[in-house]
Amino acid sequence: MDSVKRAFDSDLAWSFRHSPVAILSATVALLLILAAVCAPLIAPYNPFDPASLNLMNGFSRPMEPNAFTGDSFLLGTDDQGRDVLSTILYGMRISLFVGFAAVVFAMIIGVVAGLVAAYAGGRVDAIIMRIADVQLTFPSILVAMLIFGIAKGFTPVHLRDQMAIWVLIISIGLSDWVQFARVVRGAALVEKSKEYVEAAILIGRGPIAIIFRHILPNVLSPVLVIATISLALAIIAEATLSFLGVGAPPTRPSLGTLIRIGQGYLFSGEWWILLFPSLTLLLLALSVNLLGDWLRDALNPKLGD
Amino acid sequence: MISYIVKRALQSVLVLLAVGFVAFGMFRFIGDPIDNMLGQERTDADIERLREILGLNDPFLVQYWNFLKGALQGDMGVSFRQGRPALDIILDRLPATLELAMVSATFAMVVGIFLGIYTAINRKGPITNFILTTSLIGVSLPTFLIGILLIYLFAVELKWLPSFGRGDVVPVGDWWTTGLLTASGLKSLILPAITLGLYQMTLIMRLVRSEMSEVLRQDYIRFARARGLKERAINFRHAVKNTLIPVITVAGLQIGSIIAFSIITETVFQWPGVGLLFIDSVQFVDIPVMASYLMMISVMFVGINFIVDMAYLAIDPRLRGGKGGN
Repeated sequence: MDSVKRAFDSDLAWSFRHSPVAILSATVALLLILAAVCAPLIAPYNPFDPASLNLMNGFSRPMEPNAFTGDSFLLGTDDQGRDVLSTILYGMRISLFVGFAAVVFAMIIGVVAGLVAAYAGGRVDAIIMRIADVQLTFPSILVAMLIFGIAKGFTPVHLRDQMAIWVLIISIGLSDWVQFARVVRGAALVEKSKEYVEAAILIGRGPIAIIFRHILPNVLSPVLVIATISLALAIIAEATLSFLGVGAPPTRPSLGTLIRIGQGYLFSGEWWILLFPSLTLLLLALSVNLLGDWLRDALNPKLGD
Repeated sequence: MISYIVKRALQSVLVLLAVGFVAFGMFRFIGDPIDNMLGQERTDADIERLREILGLNDPFLVQYWNFLKGALQGDMGVSFRQGRPALDIILDRLPATLELAMVSATFAMVVGIFLGIYTAINRKGPITNFILTTSLIGVSLPTFLIGILLIYLFAVELKWLPSFGRGDVVPVGDWWTTGLLTASGLKSLILPAITLGLYQMTLIMRLVRSEMSEVLRQDYIRFARARGLKERAINFRHAVKNTLIPVITVAGLQIGSIIAFSIITETVFQWPGVGLLFIDSVQFVDIPVMASYLMMISVMFVGINFIVDMAYLAIDPRLRGGKGGN
């Protein structure tokens, strides 16, 4: 109870309560995440169960009864008669899962690399940061595409569709670790010179214990900010890759795949197949982005360059 | 200073060697070239002979060295899909991408600098607020959604502009083709160029705005005002000049990302450039084309970075003395 009260009285909570943008974007983001998590419970149909699909329902307009079957769909159906609302809910699950997993993956690599670079110094530091520099030369979406292409080459053909999601997570994660590494290294260098680290060395704690038990907790707040901003970027990166056809396969579509499918009906007048997934992606990316911006201002750590 | 230049040059070469290593690794370990070249009815002797001819039995480092030698002479292997040398395919497609990139970069520079100066001089006001809000939303939108939105507005609803392709092209010289000289070519260029340049445009606009606001607070501007110079003369003769140096270096660095992001724009607009080629090659795991694209784009990036660093050196005298900056 005490800790709840303390959290409520903290600077962060105060700043949150006084920022309408933060409250609104947090609400939208939470609602979307909740909807995605509960997709199997709240989606009207299971779009991936062939038994529940009726091709006759194809291209139903939103909120109008289908001419053949009389079924009505809130957001219409796509070419195969899949309910657009349900595909969006399930698609958002995949988008969010890939986004979260990629950020966690990038965070683990980046934080460990940054801590090791800062603590070890010397040659180890030089090598890690040189690799980071080289990777920073290239835009991360390009790095992600390349890693995706290479990983796809290594996956046996019959497993490619199943593995696509994991390959996506790895490629987006690997393309994004540098931010974490640079910021953590900077923060850890400052911590390293403080007295508590010296004290820990003096009482004979090993380097691993010092890095992870003592330094890590003190560099977490910039990591949190970067993770939130990275989540928005990762969701957009996933959507972009899937839109380009090098991401989630049509059998397990993410929001990007749905937009890719919808783009094909732009000229024939079935606008709902494209519009609703696009709006969902927009809402998701924008709300997480604004939340990240607010968090950065609220915690106000000096974020690298 | 010379040691700094040499150090940077060596670094660039090292990066290229590393990228070359990745490209080589892709060739060597993804798929078996023997499988691609020999049919079903092959004997062990055939395989062994081909391995010997292709140099696959050589030590790893020798193979890497031979690969680098080949790459330097423009030999990047044959496309698995099209059966033509990968580098030829890329060179065929390159003019389309470079033209798109150049037009986008020009658009981003001109409009970005103009809007940046405008919003810096008029710090408040409805137009400034509108520009800043729109740019914020524009940056949050994924590139491909902007492209689709533009297609919907200008191609589907208004029917003013084509939604895909490059229009009519005319050959210039031996291998260059241009769409800049035909009406349909120019019309096809507008939407992709805006889509591709929008992000860089907002970036340059924000940079110009903050740099210019900074400059306008400097003493020499206040003195110019005290001397009774007209606002217009202060803004354009004195302030803008000092704003543009950092802008030009940033814009130079952005050319690389424009070429990389052209992958997305080219897919949305089915623009027949190297980006679309690259996406196709990723989808079909066409390793030689992927590797050639990787090499080409890294040479470009490393080259641009090197030139920008050298430009800094020429512009900023502080970098020249003693310890070269890092």
